[in-house]
Amino acid sequence: MKYPMTLAEKILANKLGRSYVEPGELIEVPVDLTLANDITAPLAIKTFESTGINKLFDPQKIVLVMDHFTPNKDIKSAEQVKICREFAKKYKIFHYYEGGNCGIEHVLIPELGLVRPGDIVIGADSHTCTYGALGAFATGVGSTDLVGCWITGKIWFKVPETIKFIYYGNLKPWVTGKDLILYTIGDIGVDGALYKAMEFTGEIIKKLSMAERFTISNMAIEAGGKVGLIEPDKKTLNYLKNRFRKDLVYLKADKEAKYADIKEYDVSKIDLVVAFPHLPSNVKFVNTLSQKIYIDQVVIGSCTNGRLEDLKIAAKILKGKKINPNVRCIIIPATPNIYYEALKRGYIRIFIEAGAIISPPTCGPCLGGHMGILAKGEKALSTTNRNFVGRMGHPQSEVYLAGPAVAAASSILGYIGTPEEVGISLEE
Amino acid sequence: MEKIKGKAWKFGDNIDTDLIIPARYLNTTDPKELAKHCMEGVDSEFFKKVKIGDILVAGKNFGCGSSREHAPIAIKACGIACVIAESFARIFYRNAFNTGLLILECSDAAKNTETGDELEIIPEEGKIINLTKNKTYFIKPLPGFMKEILKDGGLIPHIIKKYKII
Ligand code: SF4
Repeated sequence: MKYPMTLAEKILANKLGRSYVEPGELIEVPVDLTLANDITAPLAIKTFESTGINKLFDPQKIVLVMDHFTPNKDIKSAEQVKICREFAKKYKIFHYYEGGNCGIEHVLIPELGLVRPGDIVIGADSHTCTYGALGAFATGVGSTDLVGCWITGKIWFKVPETIKFIYYGNLKPWVTGKDLILYTIGDIGVDGALYKAMEFTGEIIKKLSMAERFTISNMAIEAGGKVGLIEPDKKTLNYLKNRFRKDLVYLKADKEAKYADIKEYDVSKIDLVVAFPHLPSNVKFVNTLSQKIYIDQVVIGSCTNGRLEDLKIAAKILKGKKINPNVRCIIIPATPNIYYEALKRGYIRIFIEAGAIISPPTCGPCLGGHMGILAKGEKALSTTNRNFVGRMGHPQSEVYLAGPAVAAASSILGYIGTPEEVGISLEE
Repeated sequence: MEKIKGKAWKFGDNIDTDLIIPARYLNTTDPKELAKHCMEGVDSEFFKKVKIGDILVAGKNFGCGSSREHAPIAIKACGIACVIAESFARIFYRNAFNTGLLILECSDAAKNTETGDELEIIPEEGKIINLTKNKTYFIKPLPGFMKEILKDGGLIPHIIKKYKII
């Protein structure tokens, strides 16, 4: 007898070499990759060293990315990074990134070709779910769970139920994956997928670029999701082509699989979205805002929207324009490679001519670390993923979330608006 | 596990990890340092007001947001004995177990408790008693596997025991 399975169930069953797994079942699975950053790795290292065990299951499967406060913002962060660097040296961890090879982990790791479809990835960072865009069962855990896996090579999971999200229709101009995922979170709420797997599918998902798919999977956690999966297709294959030599496994969900819920969205009805403080689910269409929301800062970057495609959109809008004098516009290419490409394609020049600030690859202001912190009462429009209280600075500052098009347009306008308002039409 | 008795501190829905411990304090792993900023995003005086053995009560999706284990560590280090919520975000849920912070999912108890209520918790029996309101609540029993982790004193001791590594 054959058991139809969702994509999440398929990946887990495949890893266990079983014909099926059932939602609710507790399983222990072998892990293909683990990751930690400059915030979570020091804690994991401290825990690991307290055990007295001096053997890692497989140093090749450990990635350490010093991205949050990089380049180290103060003495304390420098000390934390030093702990990680020395640990990496001691245990011969090859995948240690700091300095000129370092970028935001969730953009850097797929770029380096460290994740394959069908992999199990755990990361001591909640946005590890980003790799779901490659069809990997990737999820965030804490430092202790990570250490457990460093020692045993395995992790326990409860097999999650899956909610399927189907997108169809015609995308409106400038609308990207960011608008779709914000809209979806607005629909189901910040705990709408709590403990569950999200499976994003439909004709529109197939049309989206890999960058946009990463953006969507990235924000699964903002709905409480365990993973945000997208079935690998030709685009995935193309993305992976020069990154892997070995044959890859492409798993697909079964047609008759059982879902906890199925949500369908006609994207023809989705306009450019902005999420108001202080939850990613407080969404509104930008063209329906009844009053002007003036902003002090725009941030274009992060593991959500710091990819080349995002910078391309920003460049298209900022070309020949000037940033509003009341706005600091901070643009952060997510990895050195993206920075270099943006430079070669002339985007960086456009940004500087417009009056933007270019930051080295870092999480920086996304988590209120450095490189653009808000004062009391200041407002920012950001392409990042969280607008919680105090996320970008003072507890009485505010963060609005949107995609790169709204961010770039708003930096010119000085208030939250659309590319149409700056007189830019979409001709390609 | 011992009986817990303390005063309740009530918070709302979606208390995220940035409210529990803002990222600007994450350049350390020292529990005492982290405790000083616990819940700072909601109540900047919380650390000064809370007493050892007090109980944190919250609404839905407690601990949503980042994977930072600094959150349960800060809560535990400032003296909180237990967190009761209508529901927990999944990473926080795992982290609390792994770091030995007792958490109880109980919608009715969470909804009907107010700041200042005196609570008594008997973990073994899954029992929460609101002494002020004279009400008793029961939580769903934990899966055996998770009980084992708690019994062994957290994930790491559990793994060491199970794999007989040392
Ligand atoms: S860019 Fe922001 S959300 Fe992404 S990993 Fe860094 S801090 Fe986290």
